[in-house]
Amino acid sequence: MTSHLDGNVLAGTLSELTGTDPSDTMSQCLGCRDVSPLAAELVFGTPDAWVVRCRHCDDVLLVVLHHEETTRVTLDGVRWWTDLA
Amino acid sequence: MAVFTRGFGGRAREQDDRLPPGQFLTEDFPVLSAGPTPRIDTDEWEFQIRTETGEIHRWDWTAMQALQQDDITRDIHCVTRWTKLGTSWQGVSLDTLFAEVESGYDFVMAHSYGGYTTNVPLDDLLDGKAWIATGFDGEPLAAEHGGPARLLIPHLYFWKSAKWIRGLVMQQDDEPGFWEQNGYHAYGDPWLEQRYS
Amino acid sequence: MRRTGHVDVWKAATVVAATQLTPSGRSLTLDAPGWGGNLAGQHADVRLTAPDGYQAVRSYSIASADAGDRMEIAVDRVPDGEVSPFLVDAIEVGDQVEVRGPLGGWFVWRPEDTEPVLLIGGGSGIVPLMAMVRAHEAAGSTAPFRLVYSVRSPQDAFFADELATATGVEVTWIYTRRAPDGWARPAGRLVAADLQALEAAGDEAPSVFVCGPTGFVESVADTLVAIGHDPARIKTERFGGA
Repeated sequence: MTSHLDGNVLAGTLSELTGTDPSDTMSQCLGCRDVSPLAAELVFGTPDAWVVRCRHCDDVLLVVLHHEETTRVTLDGVRWWTDLA
Repeated sequence: MAVFTRGFGGRAREQDDRLPPGQFLTEDFPVLSAGPTPRIDTDEWEFQIRTETGEIHRWDWTAMQALQQDDITRDIHCVTRWTKLGTSWQGVSLDTLFAEVESGYDFVMAHSYGGYTTNVPLDDLLDGKAWIATGFDGEPLAAEHGGPARLLIPHLYFWKSAKWIRGLVMQQDDEPGFWEQNGYHAYGDPWLEQRYS
Repeated sequence: MRRTGHVDVWKAATVVAATQLTPSGRSLTLDAPGWGGNLAGQHADVRLTAPDGYQAVRSYSIASADAGDRMEIAVDRVPDGEVSPFLVDAIEVGDQVEVRGPLGGWFVWRPEDTEPVLLIGGGSGIVPLMAMVRAHEAAGSTAPFRLVYSVRSPQDAFFADELATATGVEVTWIYTRRAPDGWARPAGRLVAADLQALEAAGDEAPSVFVCGPTGFVESVADTLVAIGHDPARIKTERFGGA
């Protein structure tokens, strides 16, 4: 079993919430202020429960729970999140 | 309208009375983590129970190993739907560890090396329901499965069996831990299918 | 550029072609009305529904970069997997699945990009890089393209014939378990010396794309930085599995 993946795996599940591909959206880590694209962040867990961590400092950025009824994102460690315009 | 894929059946989803609702059997032991695997030397390892008076009960690795070790065989149920029957563990009962602990609080927050937390009522740790497990299948518990020691509470969903356990802190209210804050159920009874909040 | 389209909507897709690539790998061409094409490097989510309603979803990188309703995915059989053995061993031309996407708009190469490109793939990590090689060729791009492909043995290589005859991309084969007879480089993991041996294409620092299992990607990315590549010019995509 692999130790972790990256934000590329979140694209499909998060698109259910936002309607668009979130891979190249940018977010700032609340802890260390690193700014990175979602696709580059570290992802632990399973397709039912992803834990997204800052690739710079390992702090938890978001948690994505996914089951039949809904997708739910907790944004504990994100200071801001935006499109790469 | 769903598009059915001819010939696709998915994993065998056999019916079995021993399975809680919504679970399927696995022969593997999947590794699911919320973060990187901490590497803890048993020379530096310590387990604590802290009460509301500030009292701290501590055990280093030698002290923990000197306590009565139970052999435990139980089914375990993961919220991601796999169940593994008859898993075999070795560890110290929480009844042994709480023997000298006095507290007026009814709830506990478990803390792990690496920062993971999970909450559980004190009642669910006592009376032969929970252990600090240091062995699996007769071998020292591997780091990827929570070694050197993990909390083992088989009657609840397995996210409550905190890997890399560091200590238990008594709490007055049932404050939520990591997964409970992020959408999982506060209690987590597999037989009532308490997966989500 | 604001994204448009409905990447989150599941679309019916029919298998229109299937080709065995290796003993464990198979290419499937899917036709999904309304798909609208994909960029080189993107992936599709594929959903299978069983007669009792049970559904399984997996992501597969797309080996093609076309504008229409067709995409070619390449699946490697994961032992004891739930979906990949079915796609490699059982599904047939004419069968249907559902697809969602295209997804993964960060790990992409666009024909408008002119800087040199270094592609490094491990195992099935070759798939999105193959889309980039094909897009580069189809666009007639003159951007220098180099591919380093790490596989266990020649029998495990996807698209070997196509890569052998591809113009416009220089391919370096790294065999990790068994090399062909007479091969100069002994079988072994990709190491710093292999990457340092690559001739720099001019003075401009390349954009680097690394794809494969997590262990491979982390090791290669660390090595690239250690030999002087700018981390900001390295994009990575990690696959699950061993």
